[in-house]
Amino acid sequence: MATMIWVFDIVLGLGLLGLAWAIVNARNIYQAVVMFIVFGLLIALSWARLQATDIALAEAAIGAGITGALFLSTIGRIRAIQRDRGEDEKPGIEEIP
Amino acid sequence: MNTALFYALIGAGLIGMGLQSLVLTPNIMRKIIALNIMGNGVFLILVSTSKRLLGMAHPEPDPVPQAMVLTGVVVAVSATALALALLRRYYEATGNLVLPEDSPEWGIEEMPPAMASYLENVDDDDEH
Amino acid sequence: MLDERDYRFASTGTRWLVTAGAFVFTGALAWAILSLPSEGPGLQGEVESRLAESGVDSRVTAVLLNFRAYDTFLEVVVLLVAIMGLRAIRLGSEESLVKETEFSPLLLEFVRFLVPIMIILSGYLLWAGSKYPGGAFQAGAVLGAAGVLLLLSERFRVGSIGPLMERGLLALGVVVFGLAGLLCIAWGGVFLEYPEGSAKAFIIAIESAAAISIAATFVVLFAGRSLSDPNDAVLHDESGRHR
Repeated sequence: MATMIWVFDIVLGLGLLGLAWAIVNARNIYQAVVMFIVFGLLIALSWARLQATDIALAEAAIGAGITGALFLSTIGRIRAIQRDRGEDEKPGIEEIP
Repeated sequence: MNTALFYALIGAGLIGMGLQSLVLTPNIMRKIIALNIMGNGVFLILVSTSKRLLGMAHPEPDPVPQAMVLTGVVVAVSATALALALLRRYYEATGNLVLPEDSPEWGIEEMPPAMASYLENVDDDDEH
Repeated sequence: MLDERDYRFASTGTRWLVTAGAFVFTGALAWAILSLPSEGPGLQGEVESRLAESGVDSRVTAVLLNFRAYDTFLEVVVLLVAIMGLRAIRLGSEESLVKETEFSPLLLEFVRFLVPIMIILSGYLLWAGSKYPGGAFQAGAVLGAAGVLLLLSERFRVGSIGPLMERGLLALGVVVFGLAGLLCIAWGGVFLEYPEGSAKAFIIAIESAAAISIAATFVVLFAGRSLSDPNDAVLHDESGRHR
């Protein structure tokens, strides 16, 4: 099966590009962040495919994990502040393109 | 076409997509996401071009770009954290989620009075 | 509320211009990548030849902590600068970290099960970094993730460690790294040039301190506030003046 590994590579590479396209055109920011976490995991797969295992470990933990957690926590806090200030009728962070 | 070359071209595509999103979306958080995508593309190019040099049969890519990218991942996450903290502070201070020059119809308010008085008192005393 | 499908941020002409510009940029990058040499030695040879005297068996760790230790030192400093920038921004808002979240027994059980495993895993990654994939950054990231889980499930409350401890943990990486470098100067080399035969000891000490510091940095970056001061991050006092 070693000669068919290029199929995996093509699927992974095009999946990366397609996922980046989906992140850029996502409906709201929450979807974009969740897809960004998946994007980080796919990048970790490509590092593993390039046999750069240290970067794969670091990217899975830091790039996907910590960065995703940071984004989600910031979205939550901005939503909470908006709710506290009673500005519910203004566009929230999810709606601004 | 080598595997490493393919990933390097994918990295170039990621940079282009991130660049377009960075310029064309007003939401600051999307800009931060776009910067992260571009950063990942840059890292892919760095490691893939060095792996292409050594060839796919070689067990590992060049260790020096690997070390650089490892450093880069950690620096990118701390820059992202700082950018998100700045975004949150910007929102607390002005109530906007886009920069004023980007889009006037997303509801730019005048400054809340607390912020205005803070800006008045900020020059001399340093009790903050 | 504006529907985002109707809203276009810039005029159509600008959008096409920027998209075309991005295409041109990507094309130029692809052309540059394709015109790079497709075969060559890289720096693999130099690293291989000096691997035996670097004190570790992994090439990446040798480059990170011995050959280019100065870059890693500056990276740990960058983490500390990010923390300092976070403190300078003076975030403030009235809610606590876990606001209006119902107590979730699932999260608690998850944390109870997972955090000890993560601590052991982080220690393994730190130790195995000298021969297998691993190292200080991976270990610090896993430990930082464990800390974030503890923070989220409120097993670790703000104010339960003192300010000196918090700052000590954050600065430990830079301090140990810098002291190690100065020690190398005292032993007759330049900054961070390890003396003969003691490279492994230096690397282990520096990696451990850096991993702890990286973990603490990630937890504080996630929290966005000081972990030792319960009164931190308050935006307005009662009279509405910005504090």
